[in-house]
Amino acid sequence: MKLVQGTAPVKVASRRVTFAHLRDREEWLGPLMIAPAILYIVLVVGFPFFLAIYYSFSDITLGSRSLGFVGLKNFAAVFGNTNFRTALWNTFVFAVGSQLLVLVLANMLALALLKDFRGKWFFRLLILLPWVAPISLGTIGWLWILDSTYSVINWTLQALRIIGPKARLIWLGVPYLAMGSIITVHVWRLLPLATVIILAGLSSIPRDIHDAAQVDGASFWRHYFQITMPLLLPVAMVALLFGVVFAFTDMTVIYVLTRGGPYDTTQVLASLAFFTGVVGGDTAEGAAISLYLFPLLLAVAIAFLRIARRSEVT
Amino acid sequence: MGPLARLKYWAADRAHFAIVLAFSIFSAFPFYWMIITTFKRNSDLINRDNNPFIFNEPPTLEHLRVLFHDTLYGIWLWNTAFVGVLVVGITLILAVPAGYALARLSGRWGEHLGIGIFLTYLVPPTLLFIPLSKVVVGLGLQDSLWSLVLVYPSFTVPFSTWLLMGFFKAIPRDLEEAAMIDGYSRLGAFAKIVMPISIAGILTVVIFSFTLVMQEFVYALTFISPVKQYTVSVGVPTFLVHGDVYFWGSLMAGCFIASVPIAIVYNFFVDRFIAGFTVGAVK
Repeated sequence: MKLVQGTAPVKVASRRVTFAHLRDREEWLGPLMIAPAILYIVLVVGFPFFLAIYYSFSDITLGSRSLGFVGLKNFAAVFGNTNFRTALWNTFVFAVGSQLLVLVLANMLALALLKDFRGKWFFRLLILLPWVAPISLGTIGWLWILDSTYSVINWTLQALRIIGPKARLIWLGVPYLAMGSIITVHVWRLLPLATVIILAGLSSIPRDIHDAAQVDGASFWRHYFQITMPLLLPVAMVALLFGVVFAFTDMTVIYVLTRGGPYDTTQVLASLAFFTGVVGGDTAEGAAISLYLFPLLLAVAIAFLRIARRSEVT
Repeated sequence: MGPLARLKYWAADRAHFAIVLAFSIFSAFPFYWMIITTFKRNSDLINRDNNPFIFNEPPTLEHLRVLFHDTLYGIWLWNTAFVGVLVVGITLILAVPAGYALARLSGRWGEHLGIGIFLTYLVPPTLLFIPLSKVVVGLGLQDSLWSLVLVYPSFTVPFSTWLLMGFFKAIPRDLEEAAMIDGYSRLGAFAKIVMPISIAGILTVVIFSFTLVMQEFVYALTFISPVKQYTVSVGVPTFLVHGDVYFWGSLMAGCFIASVPIAIVYNFFVDRFIAGFTVGAVK
């Protein structure tokens, strides 16, 4: 009886493609429902992306409308620039440094949070705060913590007699300290995401595997390196890939804390592209600088696809 | 348990707590710092002999008054909410049908397409802000909040589509099939049966998109120059941090108000975001 009801509308519908007709034709409905999203992404991500490539081969500036083709001149000019090479180096120091720290700390923290204890939800909320708060505003908090005159860190170090009462560390004004500071703030910001991703991975390891290891008398470290870590690897990779993308492309922390200073020692590719392409008005060179990031992002995308494929197979 | 074992257990427990506490302090300290600075008198803030961790003078509401009366903070909050609501709307209109179609109405190619869409989330603003600023100028949207309404879905839609796809996949197919046998069309079954039980997933997308809008910095900094059109995330760091005199009290108040409430809401949904982030690497 019910089956007859289901087929009735199909008979009624004419051969013309009407809306009523369409909503029963799944081979059309599917693409039709996906199309708007795809179209939007193509227009606001795909199109500007190719525009960026196009600009980087042209001589466009902020004011001009000329688009003369200049070949690889921008890329060559950019690479010949000492500022650029400093920024490239800084980008690697910043990204690799912060990611190494994040991976180690996130593993520690995730192991600690795996256990149940009282008030766990509250500590988890505190730990998640830096990830959820707008990064530019969280960084302002750090700007005040690292202030040259009123830094609370300096006050504490003085109170603990670690530095003299007159001594002051200018956290954002001395090259190595400035780099250390921006890495710390970036770790602060990315640690929550990596931790919860790794925590999800840890929780998904079947309990009996751990039990078996315990019965066999494996020590903590042996247990960790020979059982937990291999099982955790795909998930840790995901955390790392996100971290790498965020670290290589982020300029907010640097823009707010140091604007690339002192003497460009914290300038990274993202901020250099901003200062060259937007503030400086040299659109073509700015686009070329940011495109130097592209090979890296491509590598990340490929790694991502491989993880996705492997998880499909298993 | 012997006394030695008990001692060991106790020590491990303390060590565990110490680790959690240390990380919590590291994460939360800047926010504690924001809130205590918000209510401190200036004379207290700039006296370097005072212990900065506590109130040495009675608290004050002066910084909050300055923030809301003498700066454009209220307008920035309003601007952010305006952009946020519109972007959330656009995101839902685009991502809900796409997520459903990818989950149900497409076979193998749908899965590839889904991963393709997700990958666009990884294309960073750093690569796009220069060409997009030209596009925005070309459309006559420079210095207008509408430029952000146009561009922000570029990062909210991919991730939301992905999240919703996973969410719809988790709903048993039988539910819709039963409805379709009862005479609903596929679209009807989606609207009347699937949508109502997907409220949690849709709410997740709403919170996620709104948070991303609040956090965005680079596009807003690039596209918009009039102070009145700033969003909170750009207004506070660029306009309030100008010149030599920093109004730390008001600044910290502005940061705290715009970050902590949304973080507490987000916290309820965090497990769902993680399911999205781990792309099936966690089973």
